[in-house]
Amino acid sequence: MMRNVSSRAWRVWQRDLDVYRTTWKLNFLPPLLEPVLYILAFGLGMGKLIGTISYFGEDIAYLRFMVPGVVSVAIMFWAYFETTYATFIRMVYQRTFEAIITTPLLVEDVIAGEWLWGATKSLLAAGLMLIAVSAFGLASWPSCLLVIPLAILGGLIFSALGLMTTALSPTIEGFNLPIFLAIFPMFLFSGTFFPLDILPLWANVIAWLLPLTHVSLLVRGAFLGKLPPYAWASVLYLLVATPILVVVSFRLMKKRLVK
Amino acid sequence: MSAEVALEARKLTKRYDAFVAVDAIDFTVQTGECVGFLGPNGAGKTSTVRMVGCLSPLTAGTAQVFGFDVTKHPRKIKEMLGVCPQEDNLDPDFTTSHNLLVFARYFDLPRDEAQRRTDELLDLMQLREKAGARVEELSGGMKRRLALARALLNRPRLLLLDEPTTGLDPQARHLMWQRIRQLKADGVTCLLTTHYMEEAQRLCDRVILMDGGKILLEGRPQELIEREVGREVCELWNTTEEVKQFVRSQGWIFEEVEDRLYVYDREGGIVRKEIEARFPAQERLLRHASLEDVFLLRAGRMLRE
Repeated sequence: MMRNVSSRAWRVWQRDLDVYRTTWKLNFLPPLLEPVLYILAFGLGMGKLIGTISYFGEDIAYLRFMVPGVVSVAIMFWAYFETTYATFIRMVYQRTFEAIITTPLLVEDVIAGEWLWGATKSLLAAGLMLIAVSAFGLASWPSCLLVIPLAILGGLIFSALGLMTTALSPTIEGFNLPIFLAIFPMFLFSGTFFPLDILPLWANVIAWLLPLTHVSLLVRGAFLGKLPPYAWASVLYLLVATPILVVVSFRLMKKRLVK
Repeated sequence: MSAEVALEARKLTKRYDAFVAVDAIDFTVQTGECVGFLGPNGAGKTSTVRMVGCLSPLTAGTAQVFGFDVTKHPRKIKEMLGVCPQEDNLDPDFTTSHNLLVFARYFDLPRDEAQRRTDELLDLMQLREKAGARVEELSGGMKRRLALARALLNRPRLLLLDEPTTGLDPQARHLMWQRIRQLKADGVTCLLTTHYMEEAQRLCDRVILMDGGKILLEGRPQELIEREVGREVCELWNTTEEVKQFVRSQGWIFEEVEDRLYVYDREGGIVRKEIEARFPAQERLLRHASLEDVFLLRAGRMLRE
């Protein structure tokens, strides 16, 4: 399956980057503004009500806890929404892939290009957010630079999940189901906005199965300058789950595209 | 004409679940030839073109393009191929010239060469003024010309044209025809599908008539017309039973469609003379036989959709 992927996959990635670049000013805005709005809302607003929370035995300001969660969620959303809605539009409405495969590129190159581009969106968003968050003094340097490789790794896994969704969804409305049954719960219950240890055990078990839990644990570690216990387990989770999901998503996409 | 084979298909088959779209067809296209695939909707033309273009896997059979097997060497074949698809799939995210530049990258053309060919093709296809326009601002004819320009970026040896002029006005259509003829003169092998018999007659050295996934007929347009229909067609309408009786009794090839009779005249001049002599008041039209007559006579008049 992956054997048919060639370096020409980057041509598809380049095509998507070209589109992104034509409107880069608009594209840069959301990742820069989003953390600022969160910081304002939770720093000036809700954070005052909560004050500090206990995280792995240490008391930290709620804002410091939450901001890495916002970045983690962005890593998920930017990749997932790229390879669902945007990829679907290119695949079905614009017939972009049909055109590309008349050139020496194979379907596998197209899938790989889209997958890499999805992860690139996460990387771009996380990078911009890192700048915004640093400006508020909420990132501990240089450990926060670890967010960059984490955004790539997280981006690759959510990009693959998005491709799976796209491959299986007959229409664009079909995305509502996985988004509200999987992605949205993951957004809320992956230790992003509150520490998992306040949840009952069964909820913890479920949360530990979700990729965002591991991404957010590691991203928070990078921002706080202190890795959580069992960080290696989270890294291992991502390194094992990513290739599995990639192979599955490539298979499904190929089935969807080849007729 | 060189005798080198550009395309050879043997027992080429495409099945979608239980539906047989292409049913074990054989055909050969020589280098430099322009071959047209005709047939009603669902005849299997597009499926055939897609298999030959390495866009759709073969269910059975083989196809070779310039000696390369489509299943084994799709990248190599697609390097030499230009595809102008039936449905518009230009990139709406880019301008006209950017469409070409991005496409050139898929062929790994260096930047300056891509720019040079883009400029050349914009001029050739009369799209120069629209170089900076977004795709949605282009007319139907311009979009088709851009699709053809895009198919020519890699200087293909084989061009696959799937209904290249469907929906175009006469000016746009003639410009497309002119360009296709020019490419043919430059030695590019062309395979086109069309619903327009006139188009096939004008452009193609040879036509292949398909229906229900099979090849019904194959040959040079003029030979096919003369062999299957003859020289002239006499169309009669508002016919009385008396006229119909007469036509039936003459041993002519004819078709009855409601009150209309199509009488095919192999030698020419005979049918008209007889009808004129016997039924001077009969409303009629005498015309040259065309590929459309062959098509309707052999594929039938039944609607396919």
